Amino acid sequence: MKHTIEMNVNGEAWAVDVAPGETLLEVLREKVGVKSPKIGCERGDCGSCTVLYDGKSVRACLVLAVEAEGHEITTLEGISHDGLTVLQEKMVELSSFQCGFCAPGIVLSVHELLQERPDPSADEVKEAISGNLCRCTGYDPIVDAVLEAARIGPGDRG
Amino acid sequence: MTIAHDFAYLRPATVPDALAMLADHRGAMVLAGGTDVVPWLRDDAITPETVVDIKDIAGFDAIDVADGVLRIGPLVTFSDLIASPVAAEHVPALVEASHTVASVGVRNRATVVGNICSAVPSCDAGPPLLVYEAAVEVAGPGGERSIPVLEWFLGPRTQALAEGELVTGITIPLPGAHGGCYAKLSRYRGEDLAQVGVAVLALPGNDYRVAFGAVGPVPFRAPAIEERLAGGGPGDADPAALDALVDEAISPIDDVRASKEYRTHMSRVMLRRSLAAAAARLDGGGPPYGEQVI
Repeated sequence: MKHTIEMNVNGEAWAVDVAPGETLLEVLREKVGVKSPKIGCERGDCGSCTVLYDGKSVRACLVLAVEAEGHEITTLEGISHDGLTVLQEKMVELSSFQCGFCAPGIVLSVHELLQERPDPSADEVKEAISGNLCRCTGYDPIVDAVLEAARIGPGDRG
Repeated sequence: MTIAHDFAYLRPATVPDALAMLADHRGAMVLAGGTDVVPWLRDDAITPETVVDIKDIAGFDAIDVADGVLRIGPLVTFSDLIASPVAAEHVPALVEASHTVASVGVRNRATVVGNICSAVPSCDAGPPLLVYEAAVEVAGPGGERSIPVLEWFLGPRTQALAEGELVTGITIPLPGAHGGCYAKLSRYRGEDLAQVGVAVLALPGNDYRVAFGAVGPVPFRAPAIEERLAGGGPGDADPAALDALVDEAISPIDDVRASKEYRTHMSRVMLRRSLAAAAARLDGGGPPYGEQVI
């Protein structure tokens, strides 16, 4: 049985027909056309499908799309539509990523942290990204970029 | 991989509506945070014809205190508990355990009630709820009942909920002054399950409560250890005797996460350290809550 759900994705209102068994991850990628949430482990372990759900990071592979009725979804595209954020710029500068598969999830996890704690400790950064697996970098250049971005502050770019 | 089988999705607004749906659709699966249910659906570990999403039920997301009892609603997530001043004041060891559950992105969704409904032997909410002597409040076709957590866990992934019943909350009698501790052995921060979980409550008068997770088919209290400790300081019990009591209480398995020997050794170490931390916290000292003792 199909359900028509209305949700807000990156500031745009969407009405999408979904089956109960479709996950939010599948619907975002295949029906809404947002590709930054990645299909990784599909069991909530890797964090590559992280999106913000009413501002809180969740695994899009663990949410049924039909649950998202009336909710606000933000993906990487939604936080950087006016260009890269200070955090993203620092990540580029410090070569935080290599293959980049984990990057959208990590940027969103850190985005949530910086909204709540604009000046986090290194431990808090590590805790915030502990559910995002990166197999390239060993995490240090990611943590460095977050601390550097926090030191500068978001300015007017969020 | 998509979820292969079709099911109906229902979203009741009240407890009576939810109970009517559970009565009409035998074998229906209740959905709250979904962090267990969705992977089970994907794996075909469960194939319900109906999923009943309880997220619209008013009041189910509340943490409140009334008449000397703390109540945790079925939609309260581990992140909600971590952010709750009421929880920090009354059940700090449960909050400490909440910090060890998976990662932020899972804790934002996973519920405390769901954790004990899934009832895996390593569930992090189990040992703290046992030492806080919580009860699971249930509504069903036969009315309401309250199940002590001590009688809740029946086996791996099996609990006392009957067909057609719905958990409406967890209640915890306010413990008063105490020091608590939850220690979790895991291989890395992030998503790992406990290889050993130990919860300790130190109450005034050298009264202790001890519970273990992940070293038996269900999370359990350890009365023989509690009796041995009673009346003395945490360091007064003979360490070798305490170790022997731990060995008798636990029944750890070998699996991909840890060997039986390692779990046994760490159960002993973690009990000692948790006792010391809980006793020190009772006296206003010790490591701050959230700082792991291993």
